[in-house]
Amino acid sequence: MHALKLTRKSLGIPYALFLLLFVAAPLIVLVYYAFTNGQGQFTVSNLTGFFTDPNTLGTLCYSFAIAVTTTVVCLLLAYPTAYILAKSNFKRKSVVVMLFIMPMWINFSLRITALKEILTLIEGNLAYYPFLNAVIGMTYDFLPFMILPIYNTIVKLDESLIEAAKDLGADERSAFFKITLPLSVPGIVSGIAMVFLPAMTNYVVLDMLYNSTYIMGSLIGSYFAAYNWHGGSMIALILLGIICAFTLATKGMEDEDGSAAGGALL
Amino acid sequence: MIKQLSRIFILFVLVILYAPILILTVYSFTNATNIGAIRGFSLHNYVTLFTTPELRDMIIGTVVLALVAALLATILGTMGAIGAFYSKRQVSSMIDTLNQVPVVNADVVTGFSICILLVVVLGISKDTFIPLVIGHVTLCAPFVYLSVIPKLKQMDASIYEAALDLGATPQTALRKIVIPQIASGIVSGFSLAVTLSLDDYFIATYTKPATFDTISTYVVNATKGAQTTIKTALWALSAVIFVIVVLFVVVSNLKAENEEAAD
Repeated sequence: MHALKLTRKSLGIPYALFLLLFVAAPLIVLVYYAFTNGQGQFTVSNLTGFFTDPNTLGTLCYSFAIAVTTTVVCLLLAYPTAYILAKSNFKRKSVVVMLFIMPMWINFSLRITALKEILTLIEGNLAYYPFLNAVIGMTYDFLPFMILPIYNTIVKLDESLIEAAKDLGADERSAFFKITLPLSVPGIVSGIAMVFLPAMTNYVVLDMLYNSTYIMGSLIGSYFAAYNWHGGSMIALILLGIICAFTLATKGMEDEDGSAAGGALL
Repeated sequence: MIKQLSRIFILFVLVILYAPILILTVYSFTNATNIGAIRGFSLHNYVTLFTTPELRDMIIGTVVLALVAALLATILGTMGAIGAFYSKRQVSSMIDTLNQVPVVNADVVTGFSICILLVVVLGISKDTFIPLVIGHVTLCAPFVYLSVIPKLKQMDASIYEAALDLGATPQTALRKIVIPQIASGIVSGFSLAVTLSLDDYFIATYTKPATFDTISTYVVNATKGAQTTIKTALWALSAVIFVIVVLFVVVSNLKAENEEAAD
């Protein structure tokens, strides 16, 4: 019995080592680089530099603005879509639902190329509307990731709760606001997590739409291009901080399946 | 009335999601260089796509990378899940926590931090493909782990015990009892890993050799460039991938329907 437990457990050793080497160690190195300078001396100037430079602070605010707007637009489109899909009695419902998930499997760069061609046709010069285009691009890219977790939550809702509310005299509207909406919060939170954070960091969408504006991710990109590992590490660390804060704030609110983004993808 | 409105809304969202890719597909069959210009029917984009060595290498490279990374990620992630599932609480929760890091982390940060460790600190050349493969395995393995763990939890533990009682060695029991019961999780983990690797841009950008391109990095660079033949050949690539995805979905739906009918 003892030897048997050893074999089963020891199967996990390679993966545990892999995680330590390629997940934990890079983060430690990141912290080290963020707080040292080119000569290897300890410094906090990367940190203070970020919070005193109006340019980087501006980028942080602009990032937040884009991420919040994108998340709100995605939510406004995704919630009704998910709700209608979950409550519908379409023939071949699974096919209809699949239509909303399918774009996830088409390479994002090709989808954004397509979007860029359409926007160019409509707007002429994309450089005139950087904020609008960033929000459109990201909404187009991330919308399925918002629809799926919300749909999964609503479709699993216990229908009898709503019937009970109606039996007790609630009309459609108050049944929705007092039962369905509060119970779909876990899906909404999962959806927000899948849209908000990428919207702060996924700068390639902006790049492809000829955007000259910067979000947090673009800062890492430009430090990387300049071989400035120390500055880039500090930005990465600040982003990690934001991600941690976000994850802790929503902990326990997420759907069991939704939090494992894997469940949301397949 | 409400029913009509909700159908219109659903249609509206579908148009947002599909109009660009469908319009691009239509234009890939013309000799137009811009959307909006009306030109004649032509297959030259497809000819360029399948005959330009640069494009062909890039597509093959992307697929090979995705398969290699997904295979490694599936082996590591599955072994990790089985190991963690049978380990002490502290060990399994440590693996759980570390596993969650790449899942919630931004890809930019994951890619950048792996690049710093492997390329800057350890001095491994990007041309060896080691940083790229490790980066993609780091991206994919946690999702394999997350697909396998629920299957282990649903598993009936007594079957494994019964196999041992009937004289099977632990290895045989693992191979003949545990693996078949978690197979569906392994398969969906593998396909998820392939999708993630195919769609990745950031990890590849920070870890790939300068002369190697995945579809994502290639397309991003191509949209910045001014080469029209390449640009319109990529429209053909979008159309091909779109058709592949549609076929895949149709086939898997028909299969699911057949299975339902068989039940």
